[in-house]
Amino acid sequence: MRRLVLERRSQTPLALTLASPLLAVALTLLSAAAIFAVMGHDPLRALHIYFVTPLSDAWGLQEVAVKATPLVLIAVGLSLCFRSNNWNIGAEGQYVAGALAGTWVAIATHGQPSGPWVLPAMLAAGVAGGALYALIPAVLKTRYRANEILTSLMLVYVAVLLLDWLVRGPWMDPHGFNMPQTVVFESEATVPLLMEGGRLNLGSLIMLAVVVLTAVLVLRTLKGFEITLVGEAPRAARFAGFSEKRLTWLVFAAAGGLAGLAGTLEAAGTVRQLQPEFAVGYGFTAIIVAFLGRLNPVGCLIAGVFLAITFIGGENAQIMLQIPLDATRVLQGLLLFFVLACDTLLLYRPRLLRSSTAV
Amino acid sequence: MDESLRRPEPDAGHRGPRPAATGPLMEARHLVKRFGTLVANDRVDLSVNAGEIHALLGENGAGKSTLVKMLYGLLQPDAGQILWQGEPVALPNPRAARALGIGIVFQHFSLFDNLSVAENVALAIDDKVPVATVAERVAELSRAYGLPLDPGREVWRLSVGERQRVEIVRCLMQDPRLLVLDEPTSVLTPQEVEGLFATLARLRAEGRALLYISHKLDEVRRLCETATVLRHGRVVARTDPRAESAASLARMMVGGEVAQVRHEATRHDDAPLRLAVRGLSLASEDPHGTSLADIRLELRRGEILGIAGVAGNGQDELFAALSGEWLAPRAEQIVFDGQAVGREDINARRRRGAAFVPEERLGHAAAPRLRLSDNALVAGHAANGFVRGGFVQRARTLGWVDAVTQAFDVRKGSRDPEARALSGGNLQKFVVGREVLRRPALLVVAQPTWGVDAGATGLIRQALVDLAKDGTAVLVISQDLDELFEIADRIAVIFHGRLSAAQPVRGLTREAVGLLMGGAAAAQPQEATA
Repeated sequence: MRRLVLERRSQTPLALTLASPLLAVALTLLSAAAIFAVMGHDPLRALHIYFVTPLSDAWGLQEVAVKATPLVLIAVGLSLCFRSNNWNIGAEGQYVAGALAGTWVAIATHGQPSGPWVLPAMLAAGVAGGALYALIPAVLKTRYRANEILTSLMLVYVAVLLLDWLVRGPWMDPHGFNMPQTVVFESEATVPLLMEGGRLNLGSLIMLAVVVLTAVLVLRTLKGFEITLVGEAPRAARFAGFSEKRLTWLVFAAAGGLAGLAGTLEAAGTVRQLQPEFAVGYGFTAIIVAFLGRLNPVGCLIAGVFLAITFIGGENAQIMLQIPLDATRVLQGLLLFFVLACDTLLLYRPRLLRSSTAV
Repeated sequence: MDESLRRPEPDAGHRGPRPAATGPLMEARHLVKRFGTLVANDRVDLSVNAGEIHALLGENGAGKSTLVKMLYGLLQPDAGQILWQGEPVALPNPRAARALGIGIVFQHFSLFDNLSVAENVALAIDDKVPVATVAERVAELSRAYGLPLDPGREVWRLSVGERQRVEIVRCLMQDPRLLVLDEPTSVLTPQEVEGLFATLARLRAEGRALLYISHKLDEVRRLCETATVLRHGRVVARTDPRAESAASLARMMVGGEVAQVRHEATRHDDAPLRLAVRGLSLASEDPHGTSLADIRLELRRGEILGIAGVAGNGQDELFAALSGEWLAPRAEQIVFDGQAVGREDINARRRRGAAFVPEERLGHAAAPRLRLSDNALVAGHAANGFVRGGFVQRARTLGWVDAVTQAFDVRKGSRDPEARALSGGNLQKFVVGREVLRRPALLVVAQPTWGVDAGATGLIRQALVDLAKDGTAVLVISQDLDELFEIADRIAVIFHGRLSAAQPVRGLTREAVGLLMGGAAAAQPQEATA
């Protein structure tokens, strides 16, 4: 008689910490192949289109970077929340709120004589808008013990509907043939491109700088230790003299600020105007990125690039194989499932036991 | 028809105790359990008879837990047999062990904090029984066996002593024929111990077998008819503890002489005042907690003050108030070296030279999944110079771990393991050593040796005594009266959030302290403050 048991590990080997997300990726690829086969496609060709073609030309690489930028920025902020047991699910709303705040600066200066200060002011407004929007669930949590999963998620819809109303109403481009969209931003209000003939812009460099700074914060500073300790052992954090309440505010503000920065960079760098379709779900996909990246800023960078590849690959697959874009969402959802399942291996050791039968 | 002549079916509806057949109720033969290269149990033999209390003695790491886990189906032996009433049995899981009639009260509680007592008990029962029925049964059992419990109360509100009662009652619900108790008296007061012994005597009289794991050798000599002594995974002795002395039993366990704590209780009336608490009243943040009422105490340089009391009488709140985890209503209610610190947080007090060791090792004193160097940072980031410009100095925290390891003989697998990888005794040596090594002016420590083996206990107590000798004022909150009588100079008793006047240990009797613990303190005059 054999049975599989999970034994609690007393120590988690480092190699396993790194292997677990890789295993999750492998399982996702296997499932994806199965799904493509069921849909009547050659699984190998589909996987190739999904994961290899985005990396095979300069345009694809630029697009991957453009998609990865908001994903990584948001995920890095979320990882601070999740590390400290603050379940901020509303990054999508904070992303939109930041974009709205940044766009407000762009529209207010539109057609006015202005200078190079416009873009920095937009980015600052974006950070502030996202941070303030994220502080709503944080304060509701610390003051009224309202569950932050619910409040932050519900605020997503508030932000998205606000965006919808603004671009159809007060912010609608007067010369836009009644299309629901804002004016196209002036050049002072756009993020400079890094090279001609593509969409890669300064935002990606800002994202890399944020990754490095956050990695230093989390892994080397006392504040980073505080974030980890509050998540691991709240009572020990109180014993260490850390205030859980202030930390909750801080991580929500940081996550909201980074999401807001991502929103402004997307608005001012990639689309250069706001439309109702602006909220494409980066804030939700970033949750997967954060967990796939082991809540580690550098891990989030790698995971964000991987998820960006699935976006571009999904578009390619839609064009070349007529696989619906929703298949990309299915893949991303599967990935999150496998990441969380594989994490069980970090805490528990599976063992095949042979029951000793008495003689 | 004579029921007792039939071999009971493991799954029979009634699993109550019956007169035993001849021979032992439970027997382990040549049990072997290896973990990698470590042989945790090396051909261990054990036999327990119905109607006897059998002691299982051994240091931490001697293999007691491994043996018990095999008897309970949590671990599978690599070799050897387990016999139940002479028949070999397989125990693939705890459910099988429970079906036979084996129950266990673990030293480390496995309770869900957010569930009520009755819900916790109901979860442990293999059959589906409505919680209301379970609650009635819990109330019934707790009355019958002298283990007072409110079935509707949530576990997180319970003190350590009360949580243990839940574990015991949970076991009794299953009507076990063999009951294993792992260090059951380590958090009980003399009165509670007496109560538990009455309970155990009753269980024995009902024909049940008890396997009693304890470090308290006097108790074992009083309670048990037989003892099996384990050392390094092997049975080194099988003896009648009543015919042994505590010292001879300790020698068998340790394999050598056990160092006695060297301490002479003295008066420190003329030494400078280090800590004064004056009229401190504090409502508990926990609605079911114990509020502190008009606490007064004085602690002088070089003095050890012991605070005795039954679990849940305000010890947690007193520790929180003294440490600064909770702030006092007014600054002057807590005076440390002449400074009113009642409104300062725990780190401000640390910077003034105070140090604290809370009761719970895992979760409060240390974060289980963080490395020891990070756990050094938990208590030391404010006052130990571990942080410069906001950056953690890893070399220093690691160096601190090494220093504590050396000074306190912390045994661990690697240089910087996660806290949960350490045994209870070694982790306790770490969290006490982490503070003692700072040479604090004031040390407040709660339950310094709870559930810790004899070697570590002696080492920790001696460290506290030596620290006081060097001028530290030490305040020990403990439910272990033996401990307080061993190391304290004066003892006060906390009851319902009030603290009795501290009395010199010289001339103080355990009975007098026991009376105060039972509530005689209310009539006592408070200690006059200077």
